[in-house]
Amino acid sequence: MLAYVIQRVFQSAIVLLVVGLVAFSMFRFVGDPVDNMLGQERTQADIERLRTTLGLDQPFPVQYYKFLTNAAQGNFGVSYRQGRPVSDILMERAPATLELAAVSGFLAITIGIGLGVFTAIRRNGFAANAIMSISLIGVSLPTFLIGILLIYLFSVELGWLPSFGRGETVDVGGWSTGFLTSSGLQALILPSITLGLYQMTLIMRLVRSEMLEVLRQDYIRFARARGLRERAVNFRHALKNTLVPVITVTGLQLGSIIAFAIITETVFQWPGVGLLFINAIQFVDIPVMAAYLMLISVMFVGINLIVDLLYFAIDPRLRADRTAAH
Amino acid sequence: MKEAVLSIRDLTVEIPTRHGILRPVDGVSYDIAPGEVLGVVGESGAGKSMAGNAVIGLLTPPAHIAGGEIVVNGQRIDQLTGEAMRRLRGKQIGMVFQDPLTSLNPLLRIGDQLTETMLAHLDISRTEAEERAVAALAEVGIPGAAERVNSYPHEFSGGMRQRVVIALALCAEPSLIIADEPTTALDVSVQAQIIALLKRLCRDRGTAIMLITHDMGVIAEAADRVAVMYAGRLAELGPVREVLMQPHHPYTAGLMGSTPLASRGKDRLHQIPGAMPRLDSLPGGCAFHPRCPRAAARCSSAPGPLITDGDGRAACWFPLDREGVA
Ligand SMILES: Nc1ncnc2c1ncn2[C@@H]1O[C@H](COP(=O)(O)OP(=O)(O)O)[C@@H](O)[C@H]1O
Ligand code: SF4
Ligand SMILES: [Mg+2]
Repeated sequence: MLAYVIQRVFQSAIVLLVVGLVAFSMFRFVGDPVDNMLGQERTQADIERLRTTLGLDQPFPVQYYKFLTNAAQGNFGVSYRQGRPVSDILMERAPATLELAAVSGFLAITIGIGLGVFTAIRRNGFAANAIMSISLIGVSLPTFLIGILLIYLFSVELGWLPSFGRGETVDVGGWSTGFLTSSGLQALILPSITLGLYQMTLIMRLVRSEMLEVLRQDYIRFARARGLRERAVNFRHALKNTLVPVITVTGLQLGSIIAFAIITETVFQWPGVGLLFINAIQFVDIPVMAAYLMLISVMFVGINLIVDLLYFAIDPRLRADRTAAH
Repeated sequence: MKEAVLSIRDLTVEIPTRHGILRPVDGVSYDIAPGEVLGVVGESGAGKSMAGNAVIGLLTPPAHIAGGEIVVNGQRIDQLTGEAMRRLRGKQIGMVFQDPLTSLNPLLRIGDQLTETMLAHLDISRTEAEERAVAALAEVGIPGAAERVNSYPHEFSGGMRQRVVIALALCAEPSLIIADEPTTALDVSVQAQIIALLKRLCRDRGTAIMLITHDMGVIAEAADRVAVMYAGRLAELGPVREVLMQPHHPYTAGLMGSTPLASRGKDRLHQIPGAMPRLDSLPGGCAFHPRCPRAAARCSSAPGPLITDGDGRAACWFPLDREGVA
């Protein structure tokens, strides 16, 4: 088990190195930072001096190594556009995205699993069929359209909820949170629904089909034949087995929630890292773009790692196989 | 004679399909006395499992009981549904399935599967259930039962898992066990042990067994009486010695081969020419007539009449006499 964890951490590190290479390459191949940083009036001496300060005169591997060691310490250089350290800018923006993603992910998982189980148990019921039909909308409509529709309905027509921004935030130890004010919570509702709806329907449909499959298994028949209560059969025996395959997809979906936040943040002008990234693209602010790439990949890799470990927690067969294998 | 544990009368199971109604069980009647082992034998597709599933109330829709009565311990149960039927399952009627590899929930410790079954039916504390779980495992011959309660199903061999399944089926002290091909999926070397174990445990408790199998060897070893099924109907029923040594029904004689009990080869069942007809194309009259060496004109116009001989009975126009030859 420990050997497996080490192996997975090692793999994750390789993935991050590769992403790091891509991010680093942007500096070299997408525009010239020296060009960007020095104004029109520059001398050859200025250029040389800046190249040396930035370490651009050194061999490629050395530069890459420096970039990585800096990145590992959270140092991504200075934003071309804002002239401030990228890490400071990210730290300001990250809470907005993480809170939005957390609420969306929570909604997607709880409602997705809940409805998936419900539609599987009542598979021929009217409500279950209605939910399945409606869920097609969630899968087929693009995120920005859902966002715009929600804004139109709840902000423009009904005027119940704000259509942009985070509302009031409170600073808790350097972390600006929207969870503690009513305007902050209200502001979260539409964006988190927009961001999580696709994942929710996906999880729901997956849970439903897996659960239907599990309910056909012999051990479910045997559980019934032993006279276990329907609740125990459905939730103790069936749901647990359903979750094993669902975990992978759910994990990946959580990763994509953070990635997809770009669209939602743009629609709702949500001041998170996604919006930051979009603005950075417009201004070819390479350090910010590189940092964003690294941040997203660290999250993806981290979530994948957690998913793998969850497998161990839930499925005893894996624990045995892995320990036996090493 | 004591009151029967199980008494079925004219039991009929139907499956509505687009091409008409199929009758996998058609007018079957028999009793099982307390502590008795009734072997139910017949080729694959004869309706043996359907009859067993009907008794424990686990027919998979659209299959359903369309006629007849099922009485367990004096209570008519064929009309029971939901919670009332659940209370009977495990508590009065236990079931052992064919494949021990798929009968146990892979994610739950076997001790937990035992205790949850006992707690669903018996008025005992969790501590007591846990103690009984250890005792139950020891009784079915699992070495180191006190530690093994904490094991997961995959940590046992097939034979050991079937022992666990038997412990589970018996742990709420039912008065009848339906064992549907309990050894078919097992290694030949452990088949006899499992049958012997099942028989011994049930004899100790006075539990009756409905032993469903297509293996005449198992019947000869374990059964007190035999019910022979063919295409959903009961062909012959009687004490095991008489049915095996002096069958009345030509199908039984065919199952035994030309010289009853002389050969114990596994291929005996294939000695009857042809195959059992499909349910959607049953021949009229006695369904066996296309394959029957004794068939005459009237066999195809009406099913064989019931003839009785002592404790036995057979449904045939031209039964074999007591010497086993015409
Ligand atoms: N859902 C179904 N639709 C149509 N026929 C079925 C269905 N399920 C089972 N059968 C038929 O019912 C008959 C009885 O099956 P079964 O009781 O499993 O036989 P056995 O246990 O004696 O081998 C078989 O001929 C099988 O083909
Ligand atoms: S009734 Fe006729 S066809 Fe059927 S088993 Fe008897 S002799 Fe054969
Ligand atoms: Mg069967």
